[in-house]
Amino acid sequence: MTRYIIRRLLQAFPLLFIISLVLFILMNNMGDPLATMGGRRVTRKEDRIRLARQLGLDKPVMIQYVYWLAGNDWTKTDMDGDGVAETPGVRKGVLRGDWGISLVNRKLVTEVIGERLPNTLLLMVTAEVVVLVSALLIGIYSALHQYSLVDNTITAITFIMYSMPVFFFALLTMYIFAVNFKKWGLPYLPTVGMFEPEAGQTFSQVVWHMVLPTATLSFGYIAGYSRYIRSTMLEAMGQDYIRTAKAKGLPRRQIVYLHALKNAALPIVTIIALDLPFLLGGAIVTERIFGWPGTGRLFLDHVSRSDTPVVMGILMMIAVAVIVFQIIADVAYAWLDPRIRYK
Amino acid sequence: MESSTTQPASLPPKAFQLIPDDLETPPLTLGQLAWRRFRRHRMAIFGAILMILIVLYTFGGMLIFSEADANFVETGVRLQPPSLEHPFGTDTIGRDILVRTIYGGQISILIGLTAMVVELFIGVTIGALTGYFGGKLDSILMRLTEAVLVIPQIFLLLVMAKYFSQSIPNIQLLGRTFSGSVLVIIVVIGVTTWPYLARIVRAQFLSVKENDFILAARATGTSTYEIIFRHILPNSIAPIIVSATLSVAAAITLEAYISFLGLGVRPPTATWGNMLEGAYNYVESAWWLWFFPGMLIALTVLGINFLGDGLRDALDPHSRTT
Amino acid sequence: MKPELLLEVKNLQTRFHIAEGTVHAVNGISFSLKFGETIAVVGESGCGKSVTMMSVLRLIPIPPGEIAAGQAFYLGRDLLQASEAEMEHIRGKEIAMVFQDPMTSLNPVLTIGRQLSETLQVHLGMDKQQAHQRAIELLDMVGIPDAARQLKDYPHQFSGGMRQRVMIAMALACEPSLLIADEPTTALDVTIQAQIIELVQHLREKLNMTVIWITHDLGVVAEIAERVIVMYAGFIVEEALVDDLYEEPRHPYTEALLAALPRIERRRDQRLRSIPGAPPNLLVAPKGCPFVPRCEYVIDRCLLEMPPLVQVGRDHRSACWVDLTTGKPR
Repeated sequence: MTRYIIRRLLQAFPLLFIISLVLFILMNNMGDPLATMGGRRVTRKEDRIRLARQLGLDKPVMIQYVYWLAGNDWTKTDMDGDGVAETPGVRKGVLRGDWGISLVNRKLVTEVIGERLPNTLLLMVTAEVVVLVSALLIGIYSALHQYSLVDNTITAITFIMYSMPVFFFALLTMYIFAVNFKKWGLPYLPTVGMFEPEAGQTFSQVVWHMVLPTATLSFGYIAGYSRYIRSTMLEAMGQDYIRTAKAKGLPRRQIVYLHALKNAALPIVTIIALDLPFLLGGAIVTERIFGWPGTGRLFLDHVSRSDTPVVMGILMMIAVAVIVFQIIADVAYAWLDPRIRYK
Repeated sequence: MESSTTQPASLPPKAFQLIPDDLETPPLTLGQLAWRRFRRHRMAIFGAILMILIVLYTFGGMLIFSEADANFVETGVRLQPPSLEHPFGTDTIGRDILVRTIYGGQISILIGLTAMVVELFIGVTIGALTGYFGGKLDSILMRLTEAVLVIPQIFLLLVMAKYFSQSIPNIQLLGRTFSGSVLVIIVVIGVTTWPYLARIVRAQFLSVKENDFILAARATGTSTYEIIFRHILPNSIAPIIVSATLSVAAAITLEAYISFLGLGVRPPTATWGNMLEGAYNYVESAWWLWFFPGMLIALTVLGINFLGDGLRDALDPHSRTT
Repeated sequence: MKPELLLEVKNLQTRFHIAEGTVHAVNGISFSLKFGETIAVVGESGCGKSVTMMSVLRLIPIPPGEIAAGQAFYLGRDLLQASEAEMEHIRGKEIAMVFQDPMTSLNPVLTIGRQLSETLQVHLGMDKQQAHQRAIELLDMVGIPDAARQLKDYPHQFSGGMRQRVMIAMALACEPSLLIADEPTTALDVTIQAQIIELVQHLREKLNMTVIWITHDLGVVAEIAERVIVMYAGFIVEEALVDDLYEEPRHPYTEALLAALPRIERRRDQRLRSIPGAPPNLLVAPKGCPFVPRCEYVIDRCLLEMPPLVQVGRDHRSACWVDLTTGKPR
């Protein structure tokens, strides 16, 4: 097993190289980060050239990539514009843990991302828990009451939820629970940010502010997962070993939640493990609509300003997470299914 | 009523000839069987009807309103709630929303369909090549596929959309002006979604390839081209059709997302997605700005999903459905 | 109900409602079972033998299934009217069932030990320790070596024959009065089959059990049964003591079945005799005798009325309008 994991990790490296290279090249052709660097004023030509030189943006793409990856402290750059390279670089490169400096605000990329990451994680983890619990309850209930009116209604609703674009759901819920509740004098939900600036970042503030974004993130996944659980439960309940369990006179609860669920839940574990890293990027649309200060919104802001280091940082973080979780998913499945674990 | 002999009675009436083969229905063609199953799937019918209505609305609407109507700016009546004159209200610069949803819908649907074609083309080609030939080609292309899959689609889309976002010329087609960004978005969506289809096609090819009739075809000297296109592909068509249908919905949704985020289709072309851009600033004051385009997107995606589900039931009875 | 009867089934009718129509799986079965007896229920696939027993235990899924009529008295209580909770007490404890395919009948993600212990814990109130101990004894009883270690293993780690032994151990865990074995050896090799049959016979004596053995294999019937019930298309067509059945079948179907058995004393160039035609489509409500299309003795009456199961000898019943001993109608 350990050998398998190591092998997978090693295979991941070339993949990451290719991805980083392609993305880097894309990013570098995406527009001019220098244009907005002077704040609202358009940068003057001389400043532009100077900045470009300082930030290494005047070099060809491949060189920039190499600097990004391996740093430039082993070479000299021309800082004063006289055509002679004399200043040694200070960057260590990604391979040594230096993710560079944001072109937008000159802060360390790791700092920039690190500020926002916990917010996204908070939202994601909560959403994931909500999704899991709801999907299990709904899915199992539907499976046990197949074709009943409730089941059919649930199926119809999950279909609609599954098809609804995220922003529509977000706007709709915003409209009902925030805007209209306010109008009708009911306690209403906040829609922007993590907390009200006046009240400060208190626990209850954050919780209230999390309600709508979490619901928005969850609804699609709940719809999808519950359908899937329903179908795996139905399949499990139709198996011969359930017939045996019934013939043994076991109580219904034991049959459903032990005998059937344990089998039905196996594939869901894989799906969850594979979906998790994608949540890491923050749901861009959700964070944008609700003004949630997470990595999704960060990505959006910095992409539109062509801030390569930060964007690359976020993308590579997600890529690594995806690959790691793929391995986790495989290992978890192999470990949970006794047929694989004990060959 | 006793028969005095032990010989079998004369041929019993047909009703009692309980020979099972007679009682089965006459054989139906594959198409007829599929249509029957499809019909039974009421949601799919509902989806089909919904789609027809939407297509009628968006494309039929052309006959009533002109494109000029869609772009007709009348700042005096900006941000009007729905009324008889403007059933869907007006937007921030006084354009009628109803007409804009008609023309916007055309673009959105067109983008969905065309992006699907791009995806189909790339995905089927790569899936077929890797599935059939395997080996080195498979390894390399699968790495490529994995690489694309590792990054969440929206991120990839945003990066690519930004990449192409330098000034894009307008296109003149069929007497109407389109922003070049439409093409850009189509290409971008197609290029980021083909891996999903490629994987499905590859899996299909891998399994169909093992069948004996492929062996027979090879033994009789059928060319590779023919084997792929005449034998394997037609047998793999079911999941491809289902996937293609559902990807139209995905493409429409994706276009809406990136337009909503400001990196999608640019003016002067309207799409349902870019009608929503910035509309969320007006959640409180002008719900009609986002409600109607959003509703239309939701209905379209819903219709396509219903349809796709029905197709999946009809064409591929072994696949796992709810 | 007579005191020496363990089980008495009267006019059981079970149907399944599917998209194409209604399947008449069991059409008025009546039989009884004395304490300590071993009977075999014989018939082709689809004749309703499994469905009958599953109906008695109320294991039929209720939509699409339906127990349309009948009674099944177990020790004086009609099982078909009992509540689900009452049935849960009976299943596994008083009446146990062993199924055909041991691979799919055991839960792949639970250990053997777990699957054995749970019956003990649920029905006999044992705690984990006691159940564990008893499970070891049970595995020993069915001839599985190194029982203590095997309890931690999963079904896929056992061979087919071993799995079936485990199934038997599970069924007998609470020492039921009645064991229903639904084709337990059909999926196994012939040599393993012999072992399993021997095991059941041994246990039957040891635990003084009553056994219903469902099979389509007449060879097995001869080995284990005292009395035989022959079923066709959801009806009982003949019922007799095993020797009587083999020596003097009184129903055309039984006769044909026995004639189809390959026999060593036949000449090599004689053709094997099979029964022409195929079993009837159960979607059609039965009218007249279902065996008509394949029967040699058909008379007009057969087409119109289903013959009732009547006494044709001591402990011998048959459902046929024709008397096979004379060849003439009754």
